[in-house]
Amino acid sequence: MALIDAREITKVYKLGDVEVNALYGVSLTIERGDFVAIMGPSGSGKSTFMNILGCLDTPTSGHYLLEGTDTAQLNRDELAGIRNNKIGFVFQGFNLLPRTSALENVELPLLYNGIPAKERRQKAITAIKSVGLEGREDHHPTQLSGGQQQRVAIARALVNDAPIILADEPTGNLDTKTSSEIMELFVKLNKESNITIILITHESDIAAYSRRIIKFLDGCVISDEPMRKL
Amino acid sequence: MINMPSTIKISFRALRVNKMRSALTMLGIIIGVGAVIAMLAVGTGASQKISEQIASIGSNLIIVIPGATTAGGVRMGMGTQPTLTMGDAEAIQRECSAVLDVAPDLSGVAQVVYGNQNWSTGVRGSTPSVLNVRDWPLAEGRAFTEQDIKSASKVCLLGQTVIENLFGDIDPIGKIVRIKNVPFTVIGVLDRKGQTPTGQDQDDTIYVPLTTAQKKLFGTTFPGMVRTITVKAKSTEALSDAEKQITELLKQRHRIGPKQENDFTVRNLTQMMQAAEESTKVMTLLLGAIASVSLLVGGIGIMNIMLVSVTERTREIGIRMAVGAKTWDIRLQFIIEAVTLSLIGGIAGIVAGVSGSKVISMIAGWATIVSPLSILLAFSFSGLVGIFFGFYPAYKASLLNPIDALRYE
Repeated sequence: MALIDAREITKVYKLGDVEVNALYGVSLTIERGDFVAIMGPSGSGKSTFMNILGCLDTPTSGHYLLEGTDTAQLNRDELAGIRNNKIGFVFQGFNLLPRTSALENVELPLLYNGIPAKERRQKAITAIKSVGLEGREDHHPTQLSGGQQQRVAIARALVNDAPIILADEPTGNLDTKTSSEIMELFVKLNKESNITIILITHESDIAAYSRRIIKFLDGCVISDEPMRKL
Repeated sequence: MINMPSTIKISFRALRVNKMRSALTMLGIIIGVGAVIAMLAVGTGASQKISEQIASIGSNLIIVIPGATTAGGVRMGMGTQPTLTMGDAEAIQRECSAVLDVAPDLSGVAQVVYGNQNWSTGVRGSTPSVLNVRDWPLAEGRAFTEQDIKSASKVCLLGQTVIENLFGDIDPIGKIVRIKNVPFTVIGVLDRKGQTPTGQDQDDTIYVPLTTAQKKLFGTTFPGMVRTITVKAKSTEALSDAEKQITELLKQRHRIGPKQENDFTVRNLTQMMQAAEESTKVMTLLLGAIASVSLLVGGIGIMNIMLVSVTERTREIGIRMAVGAKTWDIRLQFIIEAVTLSLIGGIAGIVAGVSGSKVISMIAGWATIVSPLSILLAFSFSGLVGIFFGFYPAYKASLLNPIDALRYE
């Protein structure tokens, strides 16, 4: 059974009277432990697809099976539960809570998982260590560099031992050197912890860190092939 | 599963981060709760004062007044017909079961002289029972006795106002005062009683034995005439019974047929006073209601701020949802924020209300009483305001679509 099984997924947005098709029946499967890069120009539907994979959004039609469970059968709170302990998000804009320390940001998923305070702290500290940010637990996002903020976001994605990390242009706001550091981190997590990583990127050198590249155009998958090592 | 301590922590942090806004929001509740407590304190103080005044007249009183005379078609007004007698008073005491005590009285205004001082005051002739009927203790000396009544002795009891005007600092006991030029020995001093609810000074009075008043001071149309009869009923519940019994008895004694008009009037004094007390209660309610409006406005202020806060923090809500916050996690966070605002505001409002009512008593000289009930009421009401006005913004926040909330700019 595939970890992610998308079947004929379509998404239609209504903008006033106009209907915009973001996805035209996308079907694909992703196995546990894979490292997938999704590429495509703006408006190709790759972010929409990612949001559906992350249970942040629901498809207009089609089925999305996560570990064999059809997400269409789940209610709001059950979807929240999946986001909480199956999926970790890393966004281009980091999306950390402002005026809140790194440690507390990382603790957030645990808070909504009902984990007691002591264990929460322990796990958050471990996650922060694993992204190489020890000593910065009490820093607020504004006191951290972009790369450091993205590491906090990755720690937050890791802290609940989620099997999947979804990263929407995680290096989009970072310089080349920091980008490669972040990508090395993803590779390490994929190799050592067997975490399935799906990331969206424009840049082919970022996509080169992955093992499989899926290309989107106008709401359809136009190519899906393993990474050719140069 | 909802983790209460953490949710509370999250809410508190959000409030702390926006200190100024939190304080201003609370101000509405502080003013509301403070106003409710202070207004209720003023109202309770006023009705307490009236209750005290009612008690000062004497409790459970009925007053019997003679009817009006008609002279050549001109009706002379209440109490002009001399129809009540000592005998009536004794009969009421003897035959009405609901009556505790009876004090007939014959009064008039007279000039009173002591040394080179003189003063015009109300002189009341009555029986020894008057002090019991009117719940009026003596400050010093003794009351007059049945013997004084029988022998029409020239003794008197002075009220505090009379003493101040005639004696100043001199001890009046045993001194001789002249009332209408008749010398009287002062045997007792009445305790201070203060004003009636209508503002009459009850201490500006002299009591003398009824018989002395009849024979030596005011004279009577016929022997044993009294002007009014004050009756004390056995209890508040017995008042209306007493009223009926007295009316029946006097009708019989005065031989008044079923179609004839009574030549006397029976008035329930306590009832009148209770009406006054009732009206202050209405005033208290009114004040409280007006103050509640400000509490309501404060509550709407909270809702306003919470709605703004929800909009402003849409992204934050999106982040929380993305990492797994459930519907009630988000709802509770905002409700707790609102309730915390209103409860802290409520506590500060109680402090403001209590000190405010102290200031009112000091400046305006009104008696104010802060009842524990009004504090409890205002506090629980402010908590309810928080829940009520916090729920809608919280509800709104919890229904946001995660991806829309995340993308909100």
